[in-house]
Amino acid sequence: MTTATIYRTCPRSGLQFDTQAEKLMLANAVVAVVFLLIGGILAIGVALTRWPAVHWLAADTFYMTLTAHGIDMLIFWIIFFEVAVLYFCSSTLLRCRIATPKIAWLAFALMLIGSVTTNVAIFKGESSVMMTSYVPMMAAPAFYLGLILFAVGALVACFVFFGTLVVAKRDKTYQGSVPLVTFGAITAAIIAVFTIASGAIILIPTFLMSVGIVKEVDPLVYRTIWWAFGHSSQQINVAAHISIWYAIAAIAFGAKPMSERVSRGAFLLYILFLQLASAHHLLADPGLSTGWKVVNTSYFMYFAVLASMIHGLTIPGAIEVAQRQKGYTKGLFEWLRKAPWGNPVFSGMFISLIGFGFLGGISGVMMGTEQLNMIIHNTVYVPGHFHATVVVGTTLSFMALTYFLIPVLFKREMIAPGLAKIQPYLFGLSMYFFCLVMMGAGTLGVSRRHWDMAFSGAAMTYEWPGAAYLMMGLVGIAAMAAIVGGAIYIYITVGSLLWGKKLDAGKLSNQPTPIPPTPASVAVQSYGSAGFAAPGTFVLAMVFLVAFVLYYFINWKYLSQVWGLS
Amino acid sequence: MSAILPPSERLWWKHPLDRVEGAWIVIALIWCLIMFFMMIFWHIYGKQNLSTETYRTTAAQFSAKAQAVVDKYTVRQEKYGDKEYPVVHPPEGGDVYLIGRLWDWWPIIELEKDKTYRLHLTSMDYNHGFSLQPTNINIQVVPGYEHVVKVTPNQSGTFSIVCNEYCGIGHHTMLGRIYVK
Repeated sequence: MTTATIYRTCPRSGLQFDTQAEKLMLANAVVAVVFLLIGGILAIGVALTRWPAVHWLAADTFYMTLTAHGIDMLIFWIIFFEVAVLYFCSSTLLRCRIATPKIAWLAFALMLIGSVTTNVAIFKGESSVMMTSYVPMMAAPAFYLGLILFAVGALVACFVFFGTLVVAKRDKTYQGSVPLVTFGAITAAIIAVFTIASGAIILIPTFLMSVGIVKEVDPLVYRTIWWAFGHSSQQINVAAHISIWYAIAAIAFGAKPMSERVSRGAFLLYILFLQLASAHHLLADPGLSTGWKVVNTSYFMYFAVLASMIHGLTIPGAIEVAQRQKGYTKGLFEWLRKAPWGNPVFSGMFISLIGFGFLGGISGVMMGTEQLNMIIHNTVYVPGHFHATVVVGTTLSFMALTYFLIPVLFKREMIAPGLAKIQPYLFGLSMYFFCLVMMGAGTLGVSRRHWDMAFSGAAMTYEWPGAAYLMMGLVGIAAMAAIVGGAIYIYITVGSLLWGKKLDAGKLSNQPTPIPPTPASVAVQSYGSAGFAAPGTFVLAMVFLVAFVLYYFINWKYLSQVWGLS
Repeated sequence: MSAILPPSERLWWKHPLDRVEGAWIVIALIWCLIMFFMMIFWHIYGKQNLSTETYRTTAAQFSAKAQAVVDKYTVRQEKYGDKEYPVVHPPEGGDVYLIGRLWDWWPIIELEKDKTYRLHLTSMDYNHGFSLQPTNINIQVVPGYEHVVKVTPNQSGTFSIVCNEYCGIGHHTMLGRIYVK
C-alpha cells in the first residue's frame, strides 16, 4: 500500500501531507464548520429568548433549539474538528501515511450519518431532552441511535489515529520520541476512548429503553455514567486545544517547550486524573458518599488542575523564551508587547489561553468544590463556566488553527485578511463578557435551561432581583456580538475555500521524507534574568494565582451565609 | 518549531527544568493541596455540608409518608391559582416531606428560624432541581431516591423553590414555597 500513497510538501510551511489524509482532514473540518454554522444559528434563538426584554421563541421551540445547540456545538462541531486535528498530529506531524484511509472514511460516514440522524430526531420536536437526556425523560429512539453511531465512528477514527502512530514508528519517519503536540493528541485520543466507552455503556441501554426492550435505566446510575461521557468529552477538548496552543506557539514563534519533561508530565497527569471529573455534576446529588465526591471532584488532589496550571505557565513561558532570544528583552513584558497581535493565529490562541485560565479555569475549580457547588448547581453559572472553557478555550483555538490551515491545508489565500485580524478580538472578548455576566446572573441564582425567568403562567410567583434581569440582558447582547464574530469566522473559512486564490500545492512525491533528527538544543536557562528564563510569564502566573485565591475564598464567604445544611 | 518536531534529546524525561517552572510547580501544588483540604476542613468546621442520607423510594411510598405529615401538621391552607396547598409546620427536629412533580412543589412548608429540620426530597417523575431563592441553595432531586437534608434556616422571610432542572414544557411554572418565621 505504501507505494500508492502520494505525499505533498507544503511550500509555505514545510509540512508534508499524505494526500489521502489531507482529504480526510478537509472533509472532517468542513463538516465541523457546517455544524458550527448550524449551532451558531441556533445560538441566536437561545440568546434572544433568554434575553428577558426580547424573550423571542415559544417554550417548546426554545427547548428544542437549546437541545440542538448543545449537541451540535459541544459534540458535533468539536469532535469532527478534533478528528481532523488527530489526523494532522499523526500523519502530518510524523510525516507518514495515514493508516487504513478506507476505514477512516467509514468512520467519517458513521459520524456523519449519526449526527444527521440525531439532528433530524431533535428537529422533529420529539427529542427536546437537552444534551444530557436524563432518564426517565425519553427522547425518540433515533436521538440515541444517532449518538451511538456517531460515537462508534469517532472511536474508529481514534483507532485510525493510533494505527497511524504505529505506521510512523514502523516506517521510521521520525527518530526518538513523538513531538510534544502529537503527545498531547495521544492524550486526547486515550481520554476519547474512555469517554466513548462510557457513552456506549449508558446510551445503548437507554436506546433499548426507548424502543421498549429494557424496562428501566436507573436515573442516578444514568447520571453517573452519562457524566463519565459528558464531562470526559470536554477533557478531550482540553487536551486537544492545549496541544494546539503548543503547536501555535511553535508555528508563530518557533518556540521550544521550556522543558519537555514538565509539559509531557502534565499531559500524563491528564491521562491519570482528568476523567474523575464527572463527579463535578453529581455534587448536589443524593446517594453518593462524601468521600467519593471529595476525591473525584478534586481529580484525587487537584492533580489535573495542577497539570492545567503547568500548561498555562509553560506555553506563554515558551513564547517568552523564544521572543527574548529574538532580542525582545526589555523589562518584563516587551516580549508580549512585540508579539504579532495582528496575526489571528497568535491573537486567537492567546485570547483563548488567557480566557480559559482566568474565566474557565478559576470558575471551574470553584464550582467543582464539593460544598461550593451548592450555590451554583444548575444555575446559569454553569453554562457561563463552560462557555469559557469550550467556546473561549476550544472553539477559539480551533478558529486560530484554521487561519493557519487555510493556506497550508486548503491551499487557498485567505480572503478578507482585515476581517480575520479583528475576528479573534470580537469573538473572544465578547465571549469573555458573555461568560462574566452569565456567571454573575448564576451567582444570583438564575436557573439554566429555563424558558422564562418571569415564571409566566405559574400559580406562585418569584421575582428575581433587578440585577439578575440586567445581567441576563447583557448575556443576550454579548451573545449577539459573539455570534457576529462566529459568522465572520465561517465567512472567512468557507469563503477562502470557495473563492480564495489557489496557492501552489507544492512538490508531490510517492516517498515520505523522514523528519531529520533535531540538533541538540541549548539549555533554556541561559536566557532571562536571575536564572529565570521567563520572568514576565511568572509575574502573569502570580497575578492568576492571586485572582484564583481571592475568588475561591470569596465564594466560601458567600456559602457561609446561606442556611445551615448538614 | 520544536513542539511540532520530535524532542532533540532522546531521553526527554531528563530535559532540564527551568527555575520558573520549578517554582511554579511547587506553588501550584501547595495551592492544590490547600483546596483539597479546604473541603475536608469545611466538613469538620463549616455549617454548610450536603447530607448524604439517602433511601430508595417509590412515588407511592413517598407520597404516603408526605401525606401523613401533611395530615398531622397542617396549620392552614393557601390558594394559588385554582389549587389549594396545605401549609405544613413541623416540630423542631421533625421530618417534613417535599414532593417535586410536574409542575409544582408540594406542600408549602413553614419553619422557624435557627431550628433544624429533616427535609426529605424526591421526585415523582423526572429529575427536578431544588433551588431555594433568594438564599441560593441548589440540590438535585432524582426520582427513586429519597434524600434527607438537615436544614437550619438562618433568616426569616418567604423563600421560593424554583425548579432548576429541565423537566418539560411547564418547567418554568414549577415553583414552591417555604416560610421561615
